[in-house]
Amino acid sequence: MPPNGSYLPQGNPQYVVRNYYLELIFLGILLLLLVDLLNSVRTGALPLTRLLTFVWDGIIIGLALGLAGVGLSMTYSILGFANVSHGDAMTAGAFLGWSSVFLLVGYGDEAFGQLLLLGVGGDLFASDLGISLFKRPWAVLFGIVATGALTAGLSLLIDRLVFKPLRDVGSLMVLVASVGVAFILRYLVVFFYKPTQRSVAVAPERAAIGLFDGVPVIAASREELVAGESILEFPVGVGRKTQSYLQVTSHEVLLIVTTILLMVGLHLLLQRTKLGKSMRAMADNEELARARGIPTERVINWTWIIGGSCTGIAGFLVVLERGTMSFQFGWLLLLLIFAAVILGGIGSIYGAIVGGIVIGLTTTLSLVWLPEATLARPVAFVIMILVLLVRPQGLFRGRVVG
Amino acid sequence: MSRAGNVVESVRARLADSDYSDRSLIVGTMLAIYVLYLLVGFSLGFDVNGQVNALQRITFLTAVFAMAGLALNLHWGYTGLFNVGIAGFMAVGVYAMGMATAPQNPETTTAVPGLGLPIPVGILIGILAAALAGLIVALPALRLRADYLAIVTLGLSEIVRLSFSSNTLGEFTIAGTTMGTGGNSGINLVGDPSKIVRQFYETGFGIGPLSDLSGAILDSFASVGIEQIVVINLSYTVVVVGILGFVYVLVQRLGNSPFGRSLKAIKEDEETTQSLGKNTQLLKAKSFVIGCGLLGLAAILWQGSRGLTTPDTYMIELTVFIWVVVIIGGAGSNTGTVLGAALFVSILDEGPRFFRDIVNATFDIPRAPTSIVEAVGSIGEGDLMPLLAYVFGELAALQFVLLGVVLILIIKRRPEGLMGHRKEPASTLDISRPATERGDGAPGPPAGSSDPEAGTGEKEDATDE
Repeated sequence: MPPNGSYLPQGNPQYVVRNYYLELIFLGILLLLLVDLLNSVRTGALPLTRLLTFVWDGIIIGLALGLAGVGLSMTYSILGFANVSHGDAMTAGAFLGWSSVFLLVGYGDEAFGQLLLLGVGGDLFASDLGISLFKRPWAVLFGIVATGALTAGLSLLIDRLVFKPLRDVGSLMVLVASVGVAFILRYLVVFFYKPTQRSVAVAPERAAIGLFDGVPVIAASREELVAGESILEFPVGVGRKTQSYLQVTSHEVLLIVTTILLMVGLHLLLQRTKLGKSMRAMADNEELARARGIPTERVINWTWIIGGSCTGIAGFLVVLERGTMSFQFGWLLLLLIFAAVILGGIGSIYGAIVGGIVIGLTTTLSLVWLPEATLARPVAFVIMILVLLVRPQGLFRGRVVG
Repeated sequence: MSRAGNVVESVRARLADSDYSDRSLIVGTMLAIYVLYLLVGFSLGFDVNGQVNALQRITFLTAVFAMAGLALNLHWGYTGLFNVGIAGFMAVGVYAMGMATAPQNPETTTAVPGLGLPIPVGILIGILAAALAGLIVALPALRLRADYLAIVTLGLSEIVRLSFSSNTLGEFTIAGTTMGTGGNSGINLVGDPSKIVRQFYETGFGIGPLSDLSGAILDSFASVGIEQIVVINLSYTVVVVGILGFVYVLVQRLGNSPFGRSLKAIKEDEETTQSLGKNTQLLKAKSFVIGCGLLGLAAILWQGSRGLTTPDTYMIELTVFIWVVVIIGGAGSNTGTVLGAALFVSILDEGPRFFRDIVNATFDIPRAPTSIVEAVGSIGEGDLMPLLAYVFGELAALQFVLLGVVLILIIKRRPEGLMGHRKEPASTLDISRPATERGDGAPGPPAGSSDPEAGTGEKEDATDE
């Protein structure tokens, strides 16, 4: 912030205007958009169903981005470099994790090689195994744990081989090395799994939440909701008859629940344990932390383990929700993860989560005004660039790790 | 002769000598690569056309990679600007050229109309558009920390790529003129710069003496059995190499000028440079804009000569290629960048494919198995060939893996690259001691590298611009 006006008391409106005018302009634009949004809902130009779906999808992708962003944020603040291989570690972890799930489910019934490679070059399809949360709950839970563990292990291995010898090298050169790591991971996935998109999960169980004749109901699908065949009927009736509804799937709910549980766990881990305190100390000043007897290398290992497993689980859940994955999905998410981390403030875990949700909502809600979906991601990147230009410390002032 | 005259003479001799050694290094490397490829070509049984074609391809790719590498060297090697949005600036250049030269009323209904400008104007517009994109980024973003600049430029290149692939920009109308990027299916490049060369051979631009000349060239090549299309490609490559020479001299002279020395000072220590009265923001912006314009030029000569360009071309991979070129060569060294381009193209890019062709021609490689498990499974039966066939089938992916390994190894083992951080005098005139007294056996004062040791001299120099 420019120092002019800093002699004014901080609460003074003049001080706020002088030092935060760009933020104020930003807020103003945001308010205008919100008013326009509410107005178009009121006039019916934007159906409520559409808005609800946008918000729901935005929260889902946002939570996944936030969970994946935790690892990026931690390594950025503790090791001091932007890890470009983060997205591809997510891809590699997800492929390995899904291979292990396939092996667990199909071992004995299908050819080993087919299961290991998710059906590359054969006739094994997702429908043969029928993996979804309700049909194979244990396989899905195993997949979450296995992908987390595999990605954490992969991150540790990469750190040992590539990043550990580069601890004293400038952060930009480590960034370039991480590009090398990204290439190796991404194209090893192509080498083993081929570049075609792989389908891994079957269509999840659905439910439609909405109003039928003013009564809030939950039905098995949109069609049944419209027809009035509800699973669950709430006793109170509100408002007029409407066709508004929100369709949710079991995998979306699983993603939201898992992410929130993990984030609460992370919060406790970082606030209540010595490890969390050590991480904060290291992010502030590594030399000093070492001088105070903090085993820095062990803390770095834990950083990779925590960050890697969160990233892996986020990747697994995103793939489960979409049902398919390709070798590029992690890379395509990476810039959005960066956007989330930067928006929240590098080093802040809560920032990563809030940033993730804001970016997620941006990519979906911007479709209200955008002519086509291709432009949604550019909008998120524009916001990332604007945040870097206007407020590089992010929303949470880059308070390191919690 | 006066004493000053002596000094000037000796300096001139030394400069000439260093230029000579740098030039001979580049020429020597290229000759070695040519010999290698000729030998490979003979073993593959290429005819004259095949041989010339292979060498032309290597030379052309080396030239365009070197040109883009020189632009990045201006950004990163001289000024320390971490530009990871190279693909985006290249896309802006090529698309602007394509949109400017596309005919106003295309013959087919699927083609996107454009402004219908002549090719040279289109090329100029492309270069200016890339420079303008650089300016738009430079104005706000150069204040940022280096790693934030990296993220901003990376984000920008994705914004450019995704926007160009959208239907909204695919075809739009401004002030009654319809044009567009063609969306996902890309744009036909009517302004293909190699067309000028083709026209020279096909029509001689309708000028009598020129068509006589082109006919004579074609005839003399035909007498040794080289087809017209090969001659056209070869001539275009010669033109591109000529432009590379121009760009090389431009960047080299920029680097040795007071402007260039200020840039190097910024790379070493921006705050000190600022405190010496330099407007570092302006200097950085100038460097960034010039580099982006050169990136546009390289992209137009390269991707622009393919006749069609699609948004998928401008992924992060393209950016990393250019970075590998500069990192192999050594940031800050123009000669190194050209060498890096030659090595990158001949060994990392084209090399593996040539190797595969040799093996394919020598051994009887079976059809590639459908999966790696099948390929590994046949090792158990004592047959290595299926695995080899699988590896060859997925060679493109393995080349990227190799690229990643090379990148990491260079940063670990030799972060200065082949020729980075060579000693160089801060001043164009060596005022410290006469050349004859240099007994340390150090190589001549090659230009165009930055060196922390020489930093003080550079900064002193930078002040008296």
